Amino acid sequence: MAQFIFKRLLQFVPVLFIIATLTFFLIRLAPGGPFDAEKAVSPVARQRLEAYYNMNAPLYRQYIDYLAGLVHGDLGPSFKKESRTVNEWIALRFPVSLELGAYAILVALCLGLAAGVFASLRPNTLADYAPMSLAMVGICVPNFVLGPLLVLVFSLKLGWLPVSGWSGPADRLLPSLTLGAGYAAYIARLTRGGMLEVLAQDFIRTARAKGLSETRVVLRHALRGGLQPVVAFLGPAMAGLLSGSFVVETIFQVPGLGSEFVQAAFNRDYTMIMGTVLFYAALIMAFNLVADVAQAWLDPRLRHG
Amino acid sequence: MGKETAGTEKGTSLWKDAWRRLRKNRLAVDAAVVLACMVVLAIATPWITPYSYEAQDLELGAAKPGAPHWLGTDRLGRDLLTRILYGGRVSLMVGFAATAVSLLVGVLYGAIAGFLGGRIDSVMMRTVDILYTLPFTLFVIILMVFFGRNIVLLFVAIGAVQWLTMARIVRAQVMSLTQKEFVEATIAMGLTRRRILLKHLIPNALGPIIVYTTLTIPNVMLIEAFLSFLGLGVQPPMSSWGLLIKEGVETMEEYPWLLIFPSIALSITLFSLNFLGDGLRDALDPRVARD
Repeated sequence: MAQFIFKRLLQFVPVLFIIATLTFFLIRLAPGGPFDAEKAVSPVARQRLEAYYNMNAPLYRQYIDYLAGLVHGDLGPSFKKESRTVNEWIALRFPVSLELGAYAILVALCLGLAAGVFASLRPNTLADYAPMSLAMVGICVPNFVLGPLLVLVFSLKLGWLPVSGWSGPADRLLPSLTLGAGYAAYIARLTRGGMLEVLAQDFIRTARAKGLSETRVVLRHALRGGLQPVVAFLGPAMAGLLSGSFVVETIFQVPGLGSEFVQAAFNRDYTMIMGTVLFYAALIMAFNLVADVAQAWLDPRLRHG
Repeated sequence: MGKETAGTEKGTSLWKDAWRRLRKNRLAVDAAVVLACMVVLAIATPWITPYSYEAQDLELGAAKPGAPHWLGTDRLGRDLLTRILYGGRVSLMVGFAATAVSLLVGVLYGAIAGFLGGRIDSVMMRTVDILYTLPFTLFVIILMVFFGRNIVLLFVAIGAVQWLTMARIVRAQVMSLTQKEFVEATIAMGLTRRRILLKHLIPNALGPIIVYTTLTIPNVMLIEAFLSFLGLGVQPPMSSWGLLIKEGVETMEEYPWLLIFPSIALSITLFSLNFLGDGLRDALDPRVARD
């Protein structure tokens, strides 16, 4: 197992290198630059700015310098927010995104698992169709529709919850629900499918024959196998969650890394864009690795594959 | 020759079977009808709407849904129904065009990798694995910001994101097909590789390709709407569902209908595409259990 994890971690290096190269040349060769929008930048000031950001060196030199910094974990200074480095910005903004993502996953798991297990216990009855139709709605209504509709109802009409912001606990509710709803729907469908498959197997019949209570059969015996597809889904879901958070953070004005990235792209903040892309790429790979390890833990057959 | 004829006959009956199974699925048939209506409406839009999508009537302003404007008007007095119809035109066009890009790239890439096999295949599929770990949303945002927001780039950017899964599916299909006798027969007949690939392998992998294409279209439309929502996709005064939703959100407190109707249009379309895709999967590949 340790060897497997180590091998996978080694693979991160070339992949991150490729992504860094791709992103670097993509944004550098594109028209426009970070200092275009600023009014009245005198030629002298511009030269100083370019010298400060190492922009007067030839492109290949800048690329090598950037990679050299990267090896030391240094993502460089931000072009637009001069007060902090990119590392500091990520350290400041990412915890907010992480918190939002964690709540969203929590919402998704609670709602999705409950609905999926519930539906699987009485297949092809109303108790199955009702939550599964709701899940289909959850999949088909995109989060940028759901979010504003929730705000319209709960904040503007009923006045129960704040419209936007990220200060008190009440601020967390609508964004987490918006981000988590779609995943809850997927998890419900996957759980139902996985559970139906497991519940039809012999060892479940044995467990029932032993005289175990239905609750115990479902929670102790069936759920472990039924969760397999959900765990496999969680790795890629994390990646989707990150991109979903861009929209949700924008809608609810949450000061996370997603909304920061959109701003950075508009501002052509080269280092900030690079830093965020690399950070997200590493994060996605890490999540996929964790998902694979978790799957091997749940299914002993995969451990010796 | 005998083998090839046998293959063709089997193909026809597969399609007949699939058609029979699909017709029995009420939801999928309804979804197909809804989609057909949408497509017809989208094509006919310029001839059936009495209003223009950009003509403003500032004196009228935002009118509630009612007599002359069925779904109301926006702040600039533009007819909402007209804008939704034009938006549907754009959204569907992006959906189909970007899917076509991903279809072309994914099918060819996957088929070539699966057919050639060996070292070339493993290099090609490693590349796909690496591309999978890219944070694609970020890349699409970068592309749209840096290279101008034109609609052709939108097709290409979204298509470039979507072809990976298609390539994997087609490769797996082609790999299993190359083991079959009819492919051996085509090789024995001395057909060129290109001909074997285009005339014999890809047509036989068509089932999964169709299913996955149907499921790609809603994804693509969602990305378009997402980009337009962030202000990176379709630009005003043109209209698309994502853009209309964005505009609706800005004024949802005073004029909720501007948010609600475009949202309904987008959701119904996504619903129909997903149901049709599920139905096609059940019809074309009965072995795959529904999740």
